[in-house]
Amino acid sequence: MNKIIEGLKYSETHEWVRVEGNVAVIGVTDFAQKEMGDITYIDCPEVDDELEKGEEFGALESVKASSDLFCPVSGVVIEVNNAVVDSPELVNSDAFANWIIKIEMSNPSELESLMDASAYKALTEK
Amino acid sequence: MAEEFKRTCLYDSHLALGAQMSPFAGFEMPIQYKGITPEHLAVRKKAGMFDVSHMGEVFVSGPDAEKYVNHIFTNELRGYKPGKILYGMMLYPDGGVVDDLLVYRLFEPGSFLLVINAANIDKDFEWMQKNSEGFDVTLDNASERWGQIAIQGPEAENIMTGILGLDGAADLGFYEYEESEWNSNRMIVSRTGYTGEDGFELYATPEDTVSLWNRLLEAGVEPCGLGCRDTLRFEAGLPLYGDELSANITPIEAGLGTFCKLDKEEFIGKEALTVQKNSGTLKKLVGIEIADRAIPRHGYSVELEDGTVVGEVTTGYHSISLDKSICFALVATQYSALGTPLWIRIRKKTFPGIVVKKRFYQTNYKK
Repeated sequence: MNKIIEGLKYSETHEWVRVEGNVAVIGVTDFAQKEMGDITYIDCPEVDDELEKGEEFGALESVKASSDLFCPVSGVVIEVNNAVVDSPELVNSDAFANWIIKIEMSNPSELESLMDASAYKALTEK
Repeated sequence: MAEEFKRTCLYDSHLALGAQMSPFAGFEMPIQYKGITPEHLAVRKKAGMFDVSHMGEVFVSGPDAEKYVNHIFTNELRGYKPGKILYGMMLYPDGGVVDDLLVYRLFEPGSFLLVINAANIDKDFEWMQKNSEGFDVTLDNASERWGQIAIQGPEAENIMTGILGLDGAADLGFYEYEESEWNSNRMIVSRTGYTGEDGFELYATPEDTVSLWNRLLEAGVEPCGLGCRDTLRFEAGLPLYGDELSANITPIEAGLGTFCKLDKEEFIGKEALTVQKNSGTLKKLVGIEIADRAIPRHGYSVELEDGTVVGEVTTGYHSISLDKSICFALVATQYSALGTPLWIRIRKKTFPGIVVKKRFYQTNYKK
């Protein structure tokens, strides 16, 4: 079973968003980490990078494949989780506890276009 | 499934083992069981077994068999005794590669076994038939009548003698084979492989392949998927047809000139290779190591510092054995010298690297 957490927002490309005021905390879902297998590298943007909703902001790499990360909301990167950059396997051990970037949202209304937990659950069970 | 994929005789076993299955060369093959990393390390440190039944087998016999195989094959068979195996390629007249293959000189006089890549079986067999005109030979595409298991790793010999009771295997040198039997049926056993480790390949009937596989499984031999077969061969500097060799990449460009005997009387593609050997090639296959964990992958561009594209990655990984990001790349020859700085574009960034030897991992073949 894939773990899915209530109260988060989800993208079709398997990123999750936790909203903290005007900040979006972004990671990848348990489904995504299982699909990837052992993650060996996470490619991340830099602090102050401006990202558009839907823009590629980095990638997860396993031995065999790489999978692009897409930004679920527009804004400016205010923090990158160096712990997961240094130890990508943390995402395999708990994808929801180990966020990847934090974004100061420029258009929080974009959150409405993301899925809630039950819609995301339905997507992953298709 | 829109496309029909072929299955090997071990398909049911792969499913029972919970393998992650994926299309490869027209077959539905196991990519991994436990995971690429543990399987890779099992082969490097102990041993592992692979279902390679998708590989193609063509038997060549008849009065002109040696002359014919020498005509389509780049390496020199003359002087090689029965029981010996040679690696080489079949070429188009322009030097492009039809396929790379192993040629077994069988003990049966004037008979050869050609082992070819699964993705190329139909194309190769057509090529062999077309070029057999004027030769008194019989070609038998036996690919569907033979299964194949590769047992690879430092413990491979012990598995052959201890678990399978094939004591003769211990006396085989690297690239030698023996005729054997399993359940009273013919079995071909060779000391060959595609991992950079000592190891054996067993060719048997589909039923006997299942019986061998189950015996090995019961004894605890680690099943390994094609995922780690690729990471293993890559570290050992071995090419994969489609990546490092193709109709558009010659053996000289790929650095495999040693398997092309230009002093041989004749073979298809000899003239083109001779020209390349004498006047050099525009591109050359190199190894590149980058100083970052980012992974260079097939098709990524190789650049100079100013962004000029000078080549392309053919295979790349974060090497499991060496914990380094490395790749093979086909680059313009003037940038192919060891130590040349080159950059690889990985998504939006470029990463500095340096040209290194293609054999990233020190192989452990039995002499």
